[in-house]
Amino acid sequence: MGKTLFAKVWESHSIGKLANGQTQLLIDTHLVHEVTSPQAFGMLRDLNLKVAYPHRTFATVDHIVPTDSQVSPFSDPLAEAMIQELNKNAKEFGITYFSLSSGKQGIVHVVGPEQGITQPGGTIACGDSHTATHGAFGAIAFGIGTTQVRDLLATQTMAMSPMKVRRINVDGQLRPGVYSKDVALHIIRLLGANGGIGYAYEYGGSTFDGFTMEERMTVCNMSIEGGARCGYVNPDEKTFEYLKGRNYSPKGDAWNTAVDQWRAVASDKDAVYDDVVNIRAEDVPPTVTWGTSPDQAISVTENVPTPESATTEPGRISIQEALDYMKLPAGQPIKGTKIDVAFIGSCTNGRISDFREVAKFVKGKKVAPGVKAIVVPGSQVVDVIARQEGLDKIFNEAGFEWRNAGCSMCLAMNPDKLVGDQLCASSSNRNFKGRQGSPTGRTVLMSPVMVAAAALTGSIADAREVFSIAG
Amino acid sequence: MALAKITQVSGTAVHVTGSDIDTDRIIPARFMKCVTFDGLGEFAFYDVRFDKDGKPTGHPLDEPRFKGASILLSGTNFGCGSSREHAPQALYRFGFRAVIAQSFAEIFFGNCTTLGIPCVIATAEDIAKLAAAVDADPKLEVVVDVANKQVRFGSESFAVTIANTAHDALVSGKWDPIGELLEAKDAIQGRMEALGFAKA
Ligand code: SF4
Repeated sequence: MGKTLFAKVWESHSIGKLANGQTQLLIDTHLVHEVTSPQAFGMLRDLNLKVAYPHRTFATVDHIVPTDSQVSPFSDPLAEAMIQELNKNAKEFGITYFSLSSGKQGIVHVVGPEQGITQPGGTIACGDSHTATHGAFGAIAFGIGTTQVRDLLATQTMAMSPMKVRRINVDGQLRPGVYSKDVALHIIRLLGANGGIGYAYEYGGSTFDGFTMEERMTVCNMSIEGGARCGYVNPDEKTFEYLKGRNYSPKGDAWNTAVDQWRAVASDKDAVYDDVVNIRAEDVPPTVTWGTSPDQAISVTENVPTPESATTEPGRISIQEALDYMKLPAGQPIKGTKIDVAFIGSCTNGRISDFREVAKFVKGKKVAPGVKAIVVPGSQVVDVIARQEGLDKIFNEAGFEWRNAGCSMCLAMNPDKLVGDQLCASSSNRNFKGRQGSPTGRTVLMSPVMVAAAALTGSIADAREVFSIAG
Repeated sequence: MALAKITQVSGTAVHVTGSDIDTDRIIPARFMKCVTFDGLGEFAFYDVRFDKDGKPTGHPLDEPRFKGASILLSGTNFGCGSSREHAPQALYRFGFRAVIAQSFAEIFFGNCTTLGIPCVIATAEDIAKLAAAVDADPKLEVVVDVANKQVRFGSESFAVTIANTAHDALVSGKWDPIGELLEAKDAIQGRMEALGFAKA
């Protein structure tokens, strides 16, 4: 009987069973950011412990950094205190730190792959639920709480229960104007926001084979929105090609040995899964959310549901609640809904390929009057490449603001926030109530190209029409 | 490290209705700008407890009759969203010592267990029954009997479920695994060497 990548990695990283029946799992790569780590370092100090393997912990700052100016001290004293705390902790405990002045700072899930830290067959954890992003490389990667951050710092291991594995096949060619973000939203729509609880998602099929690494990252990133703590794609030639020559990638002979090992860690052909889901790529539409949970999603050509369409009473209530919050009329087209803000960025869609793709369409066009449109690169490295290619100019000339790297309006812990009940067309991953910084702010998730279409027309629009994408 | 054996939690309860109550709701992100967890309690559920001018909305958590409640009742998929431990920490510091819901998000459940907050699963009917009893008598003593997987109040009781690993960890006082993890030092070093990660 063949094994899944998940099973192989789990075995190679299991240290033993704990008294409570959980597994003590070795995490070979620990990523850290400023929001969920200070308390963990504090606990370490309280217990008089050191970081066991400081060279396997990599830190950066992303959540609270302002994106208009990255110069410290920040105007927000709380944000400044958090960054000082990480500066201090990195120094005191000797961990690798991609600081604001390093030229490598960025969203932790953009930085890891970009630096070649994220590698196939490994285990990666971070005090952040979008850690599954790294699964695109065939790593088992998941989000953890602050106490587990402490455990990892102190021991490089943590307590973990095994997961079931659900294989999600997407086969065929996506229609023009449909992107990997739509695949992610479509999967969540089909399986539900908690359909993945207890599972690791293995994504595969010819659509994933054809995806670039950045497209794979977009889908793995949103595994958690579907309830799955981790999601991965088996490593292949594209994975190796992406990693070759990166800062932390193996070099020389070590590279060849590594590639052999990485090939072997992929799921066996006859691997057995706990569940299998098959999706046809041609069925995936440009998808947008209409509610306050990521599974409340429809095709941009569909109407917002009515509460009466629910089959259960709780279902009816949840549709009604979401519609009330979103201030959307039931049963009406989502297309044409006026937007106030457009945001392109985040660990879901803040990579160079996202900006290249959007730039193709917005070049020479103008953001609609009254729309605030911001573009936030996922890392300083992405920023530099984009500037070299002149993408920042294209965006600025079209009326977008090209910002510095960070999480920005994905969760608005920095000054980039919605005001009042503003509606934001957003390339990020969460549309929870209040997510983008205003307790009544509204978020509509979609692909970056769809965000651009909304920005230019001032309302939610079908990018295929706005940009005459033939299909 | 000797930890308390959490075999049962008793106290008064409060019902926060709704499903998919996410971690942004439990603790809005703007309150996460902190370097310690102290003081997070007062911001629990802030955006539903206060309107935009900071005026109380009359949320159950602020109703005087539910003051001091240590058991939280809710619906399905409680604690979904981010991995932030600020959420269970905020609940803990608000005073909650147990949560009863129809289901829990996985990371949240794990984070709660590690803090010694049992999260037990009950049916919608049982939760509704308990909620009604609490509404009728907010001073009703509710017992979450973790050891026996049961909730008791007045003369009533119902069965609850909780993952075995969490159950055993709580009941045996091993809900914080750090002591055990540290004991495996040599095995960890061996594995780090085997995997090629031992050295920088
Ligand atoms: S971009 Fe958003 S989802 Fe990603 S790490 Fe930052 S805040 Fe979290």
